[in-house]
Amino acid sequence: MKSQSLLLSALKADRGGQVLLGLLAIAAVAVPVFNLLVPEGSFFHLSTYTVTLFGKYLCYALLAIAVDLVWGYCGILSLGHTAFFALGGYAIGMYLMRQIGPRGVYGDPILPDFMVFLNWKELPWFWEGMNHFPVALLMVVLIPGLLALGFGWLAFRSRVTGVYLSIMTQALTFALLLAFFRNEMGFGGNNGLTDFKELLGFDLKTPGMRVALFLTTVSALAIGYIGCRYVIASRLGRVVQAVRDAEGRTRFIGYQVESYKLWIWVFSAMLAGIAGALYVPQVGIINPGEFAPINSIEVVIWVAVGGRGTLYGAVAGAVLVNYAKTWFTAAFPEIWLYALGALFVVATLFLPKGVVGLIPSRKEKLA
Amino acid sequence: MIHFTTSLRRCWLAACFAASLPLLAQEPSTAADAAAETVASAEAAPAVPTAFPDVLRALGGASLSERSALLDALLAAKHPNTAAVLQAWLEDHLHVRDADGAVFITAETDAGYALTDPATLATSGPEPADGFSKVGSNNSLRKLLRSALASFTLGSPDAEVRLSAVKEMLRAPDESTLNVLRERRAIETDAAVQAAIDAGLAYADLTSDNADTRLAAVNVLSGSLAGETIAKLEALRDPANEPDERVRSAAAVAISSISLKRSLYSGIETLFFGLSLGSVLVLAAIGLAITFGVMGVINMAHGELMMIGAYTAYVVQLLLPNHLTASILISIPAAFLVSGLVGIAIERGVVKHLYGRPLETLLATFGISLILQQLVRSIFSPLNRSVATPEFMSGQWVINDALSLTWNRLYIVLFTLVVFAALQLILRRTSLGLTVRAVSQNRAMARSMGINSDRVDAITFGLGSGIAGVAGVALSQLTNVGPNLGQSYIIDSFMVVVFGGVGNLWGTLIGGMTLGVAGKLLEPAVGAVMAKIAMLVFIILFIQRRKQGLFPQKGRAAEGH
Repeated sequence: MKSQSLLLSALKADRGGQVLLGLLAIAAVAVPVFNLLVPEGSFFHLSTYTVTLFGKYLCYALLAIAVDLVWGYCGILSLGHTAFFALGGYAIGMYLMRQIGPRGVYGDPILPDFMVFLNWKELPWFWEGMNHFPVALLMVVLIPGLLALGFGWLAFRSRVTGVYLSIMTQALTFALLLAFFRNEMGFGGNNGLTDFKELLGFDLKTPGMRVALFLTTVSALAIGYIGCRYVIASRLGRVVQAVRDAEGRTRFIGYQVESYKLWIWVFSAMLAGIAGALYVPQVGIINPGEFAPINSIEVVIWVAVGGRGTLYGAVAGAVLVNYAKTWFTAAFPEIWLYALGALFVVATLFLPKGVVGLIPSRKEKLA
Repeated sequence: MIHFTTSLRRCWLAACFAASLPLLAQEPSTAADAAAETVASAEAAPAVPTAFPDVLRALGGASLSERSALLDALLAAKHPNTAAVLQAWLEDHLHVRDADGAVFITAETDAGYALTDPATLATSGPEPADGFSKVGSNNSLRKLLRSALASFTLGSPDAEVRLSAVKEMLRAPDESTLNVLRERRAIETDAAVQAAIDAGLAYADLTSDNADTRLAAVNVLSGSLAGETIAKLEALRDPANEPDERVRSAAAVAISSISLKRSLYSGIETLFFGLSLGSVLVLAAIGLAITFGVMGVINMAHGELMMIGAYTAYVVQLLLPNHLTASILISIPAAFLVSGLVGIAIERGVVKHLYGRPLETLLATFGISLILQQLVRSIFSPLNRSVATPEFMSGQWVINDALSLTWNRLYIVLFTLVVFAALQLILRRTSLGLTVRAVSQNRAMARSMGINSDRVDAITFGLGSGIAGVAGVALSQLTNVGPNLGQSYIIDSFMVVVFGGVGNLWGTLIGGMTLGVAGKLLEPAVGAVMAKIAMLVFIILFIQRRKQGLFPQKGRAAEGH
């Protein structure tokens, strides 16, 4: 009861969150209607491509929330969060690969195409069981969670903080990038996992399935948002914010800073893993490029542009920047990197609170 | 770039070789002229002419099979121009004039063949090519020709030319070439050529019927380092090939001694590769050690400042295409200035406003790095460019059969040490260095002593950026220059700085070299990519144990970080 009331009061005070959840609810109704019910060719028809694009943006938004949770509320600037995102994606990708079965190019009932190509005779041990959906789902959160636990336990225990931690997260994702490029790793090397056919027996290419994936993403984002809001409002969240503001002081008061940081770090990594797992069936491919350090840094800039430490700002930033990216790379591919670069500079120099900071708060209005 | 320079070198060698031929040919001929004539007249079969012009004339009409006998006659005639004739023959430049059967050395021109008379070397005007037929050769003839030419070259005053001649002759040795080599060995003065001849003769002796000769050959070869020697000796350990027990055991001993020496040299080679890789890391990281280590500013655009330095080298070379060495020497200060100025602009424009907010600085400078990359793509195209290597830096320093070091890597190691020393001098011995250290240790105190900390910040940042530019010039000699050049080094450089200990240039030097050597030592065992991953994981774990790096700062300076 107490936790419920805590969450409710937190949500009541969270005007941006209310707007976000409202928008998500509208999207959950409007997108299926305009895509499936409005006939193709009509002005109001929403193409399946656009549905998938929106779904992609919302996956990014979930990842951005995960980053904002650790950066905005705990002061850990992670430059390696796409590592968790990609690991979640690989977990679901393995399941999707196993689902292809004998429909692959080489027609092997068990081995995915790339293993046949590499002349492998049997499935590596870590691919066993990945043909079961619940196992795959478990791996989506377990693998990123365990990696974060190991890394965080080592890093926080020895009090590595600030830019050192940031650079080490970057080294982590860089090491994974190099590792996953190797064919011997058993994850398809350079090409990654692709050519997926179906999920739970449903064809991934049908508009109905696309909408279903979109709706799953919307709900995941909504639940993820509420979950994060709850974590922040809880006692743990308050301690974590205290750590952000004055780590030494919190420690002196008697809190075990490391465990609080570790908890929120692992939770954030799991969220990122879920975002990756939602992302892969929609875009249809996962390859080592997702581990690239630059991707992780881009996620940070979504959060910075949107407004760090607000959660809904992270969502706004992710959607805005990615929409701009889609538009720019189609219309002016030359200019996109200039724009992105300028965004980094402008956001840090002139928009310390991000775009949501531009909207005057209720208090300021009253004054 | 590499293809270009090696082919250039090859042309140069060929030119030298050709130019020296007529000279060389005279040497053996003068000494043995008289003797040769008597021998030739006594031994020659009646069908084969002996005088140089007659042999040539006969050569024009002879069939391929007759020509090998004529070649012997040609050599026996000991005419001073023999080498020129052989060279022309080998290169298909020897032709017969169909009208009168005269043989000429020909050179192709637009109007036909320019003719050179082999006997007098007098040239005459071009004649139409139709009136000539080639004095052809086949594989076995060409082999004889090459070997004969090589024995002429053996008299060269240049030891390198002699060495290549010996190698050429040993490619397919027979009794006559071995005799030539034995004669040469007696008067040879150069150690390398002596060794090459000894090895060649010993190889030949290994197949001798006399066990003592074989044993002596094995003992000679035990001093060799070539991989080929091991293969030859390995065959002798088999009782089926080698009946004599002494030779077998001597071969076994020789093999183990050669292998030991070879593995020692390959260890030295790995160490050298590691040091050169480490030097690149140090060069890339040392500018960062200034901005990050001394100033505490995270500059993610550091790699792009290196890239700008590399492009400066490229542009300087475009401006001075015919002066490779000069262009490299000029591009070092030029790159320092260009990258330094860009760095100062970054500091004044962005970083200055973000002091005390390291995470924001990281993001903003990352944005700048994206802009710089795209700028370079727009100006120079996204394709990789190559910067040519000057002559003195290309090729290898061959120390012995088992060890050769590439000059460009050797220079990079030296260059790194020079840059490091210069930087240490600036920081330790100049008033600028004093103020830089003062500001980095205690900004407020430094300001109260009248130091303009704003100016010092800008200069320090410029210094670090300039060093990055210089590192870029060095990199341009190792890899292609492209917009992504810097990106690939940024994580490595941060690792080196953090590993070595922030704020400590010695730490950066030793850290970088350690990582380079360790990486190269791991490489043969696990492969390049796994070695890299292992290094990253190692550093991540190392930082857990020693947060301050290899050489932590001590005293008051440590408090600021």
